[in-house]
Amino acid sequence: MLKRIHAVRRFALLALLGVSVIAQALVLRDDRQVEVTISKPPQRIVSLLPSLTETVCALGQCQKLVGVDRYSNWPENIAKLPRMGGGIDPNIESVVATKPDLVLMATSARGAERFSALGITVLALEPRSHADVQRVMRIMAQVLDVPVAESDRVWRHIDAAVNAAAQSIPAQAKGQRVYFEVSSAPYGASESSFIGETLQRLGARNILPASLGPFPKINPEFVVRAQPDIIMVGDSNFADMTTRPGWQSMRVMRTQRICHFKAEESDVLVRAGPRMAEAARLMAKCLTEKGQP
Amino acid sequence: MTIQGARWSPVWVALALLVLSAFGIVLGSAVGSTGFESWRTAMHDDTAWQIVWDIRLPRSVGACAAGALLGLAGALAQGLFRNPLADPYLLGSASGASLGVAVALALFGGSPFATEFLVRLGLTGAAFVGAVLAVLLTLVLARGVQHTLRLLLAGVIVGVVLGALASLITLMRPDVLQGMQGFLLGSTSFIGWTSCLLMLGVLLVCAALSFALSHVLDALSLGDATALSLGVPLASVRVALVCVLALATGTAVAQTGLVAFVGLAAPHLVRSLVKTKHNWMVLLSALMGGVLLLSADLLARMLLSPQEMPVGVLTAVLGGGYLLWLMYRTQTVRSA
Repeated sequence: MLKRIHAVRRFALLALLGVSVIAQALVLRDDRQVEVTISKPPQRIVSLLPSLTETVCALGQCQKLVGVDRYSNWPENIAKLPRMGGGIDPNIESVVATKPDLVLMATSARGAERFSALGITVLALEPRSHADVQRVMRIMAQVLDVPVAESDRVWRHIDAAVNAAAQSIPAQAKGQRVYFEVSSAPYGASESSFIGETLQRLGARNILPASLGPFPKINPEFVVRAQPDIIMVGDSNFADMTTRPGWQSMRVMRTQRICHFKAEESDVLVRAGPRMAEAARLMAKCLTEKGQP
Repeated sequence: MTIQGARWSPVWVALALLVLSAFGIVLGSAVGSTGFESWRTAMHDDTAWQIVWDIRLPRSVGACAAGALLGLAGALAQGLFRNPLADPYLLGSASGASLGVAVALALFGGSPFATEFLVRLGLTGAAFVGAVLAVLLTLVLARGVQHTLRLLLAGVIVGVVLGALASLITLMRPDVLQGMQGFLLGSTSFIGWTSCLLMLGVLLVCAALSFALSHVLDALSLGDATALSLGVPLASVRVALVCVLALATGTAVAQTGLVAFVGLAAPHLVRSLVKTKHNWMVLLSALMGGVLLLSADLLARMLLSPQEMPVGVLTAVLGGGYLLWLMYRTQTVRSA
């Protein structure tokens, strides 16, 4: 009886998400707006996007991965999996050779048409915001035949951890104006990016308004004029920051309120996936340590 | 540029290039991330068969066809403009194709209607449309094909402006950057049988047309005035040749992205082997382009196996290296 109620509930949930269940086959519309039919839960999955690799593992289905892209590096137990190129240059042949029943990739990746033509099911998902991470996690749960309640549990866990990170920041360190640099072009993370959303929840202010789009390319002068209180940047981009004209005289540079993250920390920060809680902790630590005295 | 070297009969060179292509395609069916093994087991293993028949073969044949289209277009461009530096991308088709891809990538996922439409058109379609529109724009700006210099300048201008627009789109939408980079590097790894047949069909049409019209290129090499005085219908034939050039380049670029240097190097390599009229010249350049891109594709798969190198990098190294060696050898022979 309980089982049946559970099933009914699950069906209602699926219907709520706009997903139809026709005789066990799962039909859903992916982020390319393509209808994907998954006839039975996949057992051999190739993931070509690090955040999707992490999502599969966060749902406890790591053992179903048979190949990943060259940038996937978490969790550690995927280290031995064969690498199949990257998002823009997936190695079609090695993917086909592993006989996957599902290939996960970003919408911006290439080769989706080729995989479909070769008879491989492709699901393109690209999480871009907090809500997206939750949505993608739910979709992945259905695809992997994990109870949606489980994905909601994982999500609540992340959500609670972000809140906890926010509470760990002392009151005087809140409301600081942050510049988060994604790459040295320079591209920054604005309020509308998932990084910006995390910052907002941590009580920080972003010098880049949402109106600029999620990851705008900005004029370096904009940062000098905005005078951020804190700069967050990856180690690899930090090097040339001090040599940018006019930047040395910025208050934030003189007071050394710059957090530079190691490469593996940057990976955590820039991936919209289950490690968002860890990202929030890293940012909270930065805000607390470099915050106003 | 003329390179003095050994001169062979065009028939023998054509045969040699055909044999090389065939050999390359057979080798191409055996080389890849899973190595020769797939070839041995192909008869009784479905996946191995799929890898050999549906991935490696179309890819090898496709690389050959794309290279041939570029080589043909290169020979046409150099003949039309009487300029050894002319390459197939001269009339703005390369930047047009990149702009098409950039627009498609940027609109992708924007509105459901645009996405629906783009899924049907695909990136290859967008690239082809972009390339053809760019050449048309060049023709409009040059007010026809009568003045070679004006056409050349218009092509360069269209190339720069459309290239800048494509960069602008990637700046505003950094998420398309990855996809763009893949296109700009050029890749032969996404060619399936459909694109293969399409390229071969276009190649056949283009080769036949250029072969039929090649006597005009011979006349043109003596200069516009002489060509006219020989009674050549210069205007109409030029339009036809520009169309063939645009069609060949657009088709190749749409399927493989911007593969560098094949179109420029292939005619020069042919000229170093044979001295002939344009009818043989265009055909041999096509064959040479095919062999060049095919060998680059083979090396791209072999060198870092099971990983892959971008094929565009290798075409430049292969073709450029060989040309440099030829030039160097010719100089030392002459000074000796």
